[in-house]
Amino acid sequence: MREKILYGVGLIAGLYLVRNLYQILLVLPDEVDQGAIYRILLFHVPAWITCFTAYFLAGAASVMYLIKKNLNYDTFCVAAVEVGLAFTLIGLATGSIWARIIWGIWWTWDARLTWALITCIIYSGYLMLRHAVDDPTARAKNSAVLCIFSYASVIITYKSIDWWRTQHPGAVLSIRTGGGRMDPAMESILFQNAVALLMLAAVMVAVRMRQEETQREVESLRRYAHAAA
Amino acid sequence: MRFLRQTLTIAAKDLRSEIRTKESLNAAISFAIVILVLFSFAVDPSSEQIKEMSGGLLWLVFAFAGALILNRSFARELSNDCLDALVSSPIPGSALFLGKAVANFVLLMVVEFVSMPIFGILYNMDWMRQPLWLAAVLVMATWGITVIGTMFSALTVNLRMRELMLPTLIYPMMIPALMAAMRLTTLLINGEGIPADDWIWVRLIVGFDIIFTSLAVTLVEVVLVG
Repeated sequence: MREKILYGVGLIAGLYLVRNLYQILLVLPDEVDQGAIYRILLFHVPAWITCFTAYFLAGAASVMYLIKKNLNYDTFCVAAVEVGLAFTLIGLATGSIWARIIWGIWWTWDARLTWALITCIIYSGYLMLRHAVDDPTARAKNSAVLCIFSYASVIITYKSIDWWRTQHPGAVLSIRTGGGRMDPAMESILFQNAVALLMLAAVMVAVRMRQEETQREVESLRRYAHAAA
Repeated sequence: MRFLRQTLTIAAKDLRSEIRTKESLNAAISFAIVILVLFSFAVDPSSEQIKEMSGGLLWLVFAFAGALILNRSFARELSNDCLDALVSSPIPGSALFLGKAVANFVLLMVVEFVSMPIFGILYNMDWMRQPLWLAAVLVMATWGITVIGTMFSALTVNLRMRELMLPTLIYPMMIPALMAAMRLTTLLINGEGIPADDWIWVRLIVGFDIIFTSLAVTLVEVVLVG
């Protein structure tokens, strides 16, 4: 039953993305200043919204793990970080392509970009730490603490456009600026894409959680077999 | 008051054992000098360019040398199960952590005070033009680095590949403090004050210190005891 629901949600997310893609490529006109390339931003911003959401939930799950000591929170945390990291890479890649067209360069050491890259490195470190600990409880405890520390980089990445003068464009979404920086039709598609990507991410997190649970079960059976032998 | 005494007892214990053995201090200072020398091959030491890079160079040296000190901080307690004894002793985990952080801070400051004049001589720099501000930046950024380093030293103490994991985890985490310290140190070594635009970096270091010290003090009990 759980799988059917998962695949159902995944299918809906996929179809929704296809429908959004049709709107983006065939219905929306080119942007006045940027031409056709602005369309990649309709994936760039939703990818960052998705990864920030994943990291936030991972941080919350880490706090919950430290309070409740329930390994399910840890399972959720690793799944969310892995999916978040995938969307971070999508965000970096789409941003880079946009920069190549608009700025003429793939990368610049601007505060927003630098922090986004640091966030990516820090969360990769989180996954590396998990591989270095064998005991599930110690692994959950150590990675929960690391995950809470890591969230600082997400906050700095998010706020960097306000704190420093960056080459990266400032806030454009109406929830941050009060409107007027972006065409409502384009903004609406951007949010619809965010919903589709969030649904997709939720399915991926659920699938990854399932793998993690199975892995934990295999590990415990292995320990049991060793103890019995 | 009691908490302070416990913290200082731990710090004094670490410093005393370090003064007797000098195992990390010697290694860190020689390592710092080696990197300072190596950098002279990477850039022309007599050029104007070095002025622009001075802060970055110095903080890379401190960060690399610091990792040697931080790596030993909790690892030295592993032999004879000293860490278990410390954890079960009647002092809170936060006092144990702060004590170790203070000891690491003092050691790293020693490395910095030895490296600065050597840097000045090797690269022909008059680094004492803004001594008070420079000292303030050194103290604030070093504290930030030690708090993160000591916390992660505790976190990675029981790991396989500890020596590899610690630098991989701490350097990205230290970046806010390092970035600010590099920028401010370059300005101060070149004799400029801190222009209004660059006050953001001072605020960044102060914020970094406050946020991560409180986070570490809150979470260290979990890391040590479970």
